[in-house]
Amino acid sequence: MSIRHGLLALLSQGPRYGYQLRADFESSTGATWPLNIGQVYSTLSRLERDEMVTRVGADEEGRFVYRITPAGEADVRAWFATPVARADRPRDELAIKLAMAVTTPGVDVREVVQTQRTATLRGLQDLTRLKADAPRAPGDPAERAWLLVLESMIFQAEAEVRWLDHCEAFVVREQTSATPPAPAPAPAPAEQPKESRR
Amino acid sequence: MSGTARGGTAPHAPRAAQEASPKSVLAMTGVSRDHGTGAGLVHALREVSLSVAAGEFVAVMGPSGSGKSTLLTLAGGLDTPTAGRIVVEDADLGTLSRAGLAGLRRRHIGYVFQDLNLVPGLTAAENVMLPRELDGVRARQARREAVMALREVGVAELADRFPEDMSGGQQQRVAIARALVGDRRLVLADEPTGALDSRTGEDVMRILRARCDAGAACLMVTHESRHAAWADRVVFLRDGRLVDATAPRPTPESLLERS
Repeated sequence: MSIRHGLLALLSQGPRYGYQLRADFESSTGATWPLNIGQVYSTLSRLERDEMVTRVGADEEGRFVYRITPAGEADVRAWFATPVARADRPRDELAIKLAMAVTTPGVDVREVVQTQRTATLRGLQDLTRLKADAPRAPGDPAERAWLLVLESMIFQAEAEVRWLDHCEAFVVREQTSATPPAPAPAPAPAEQPKESRR
Repeated sequence: MSGTARGGTAPHAPRAAQEASPKSVLAMTGVSRDHGTGAGLVHALREVSLSVAAGEFVAVMGPSGSGKSTLLTLAGGLDTPTAGRIVVEDADLGTLSRAGLAGLRRRHIGYVFQDLNLVPGLTAAENVMLPRELDGVRARQARREAVMALREVGVAELADRFPEDMSGGQQQRVAIARALVGDRRLVLADEPTGALDSRTGEDVMRILRARCDAGAACLMVTHESRHAAWADRVVFLRDGRLVDATAPRPTPESLLERS
């Protein structure tokens, strides 16, 4: 849905060609989510079908200019006004992996956590280098938008590390409190015959 | 340098390897620190080997009680290891006299702590001058160095202000200037962004980063991954042991070796 609404939001600033939409989308998001031109045109044709945009003529090469309709304007306003629901996001593979690690015998959960933590921090270092190289107060709106997208990724990585810290602390706490004073009950059946012999 | 880059083949490989690991400002080898004895024995740090090169920024992360602060106090010569060797700027801390160690700490090591520790009755400039004056530098020279250090951290205009008239972020910058004054090449920072808001915390990271880019070695303890990510390398402590680390930032030489 984000491409559809992203394109609509750009069109709400004025009519644009398909290739312009693609360039504007990418510069606003720092090329974080590259679009191919096919995605742009297929999205535009769906928007046209739903009467959110309309074609208003073409240039000499036959490329169309798209303009947002009042219904499209209303859709963009509703989009900005509506929070993104957690359930709309894809399943979190990491959470699934950790859940499986905790329940699968023989898996060292702390190692799974540490391997991920190192990888996530490595990614966070890359993001931070991008931020360090970017101007702190960019004048260009697209640069500002890109910095916010970058911060979003930094916050996500940071949250992931905090959650991993929590997982590790939780697992350690459970291990210490669940350590049984007695050994496993496996030898018990071997002793039973003795009992019956008595 | 350019010759090495052009001929990055077998004959030059040893030289490239040398350049890829510049001289360590701090080198810790097999360092352990025990507290207590008998049943109360605690291994705060176990056989940790870690070095920080000139120009390198290393962050230490780990749960509380994992030995982070112990590592830092040992690196700064504020505590003595039970076993192992710590070398700062070619000086083996274990072989130094008490006076020699104090001198090394004053001249070569800068400390930035969470609690700012500025002397309340002294102005920003006087606070920054203090370690230099203790080191026998004349007041006028110390003042000049202090003003330069304050300028480097972006608070030159605060030179004559007292700590109580500064914000937390300004005080922390002055504390960093004090840690950096007099070209000390090893900076040890323990949660240096502690009580600061996120914007000011980021400013502190940028200052430390710039200092490392200018050639200092920095070892920082933090529990904030956002701040650790400013470092070239992040190492993880658990139960007193180093358990993992992100790879160091690739150098042109190391990239050549790989290709």
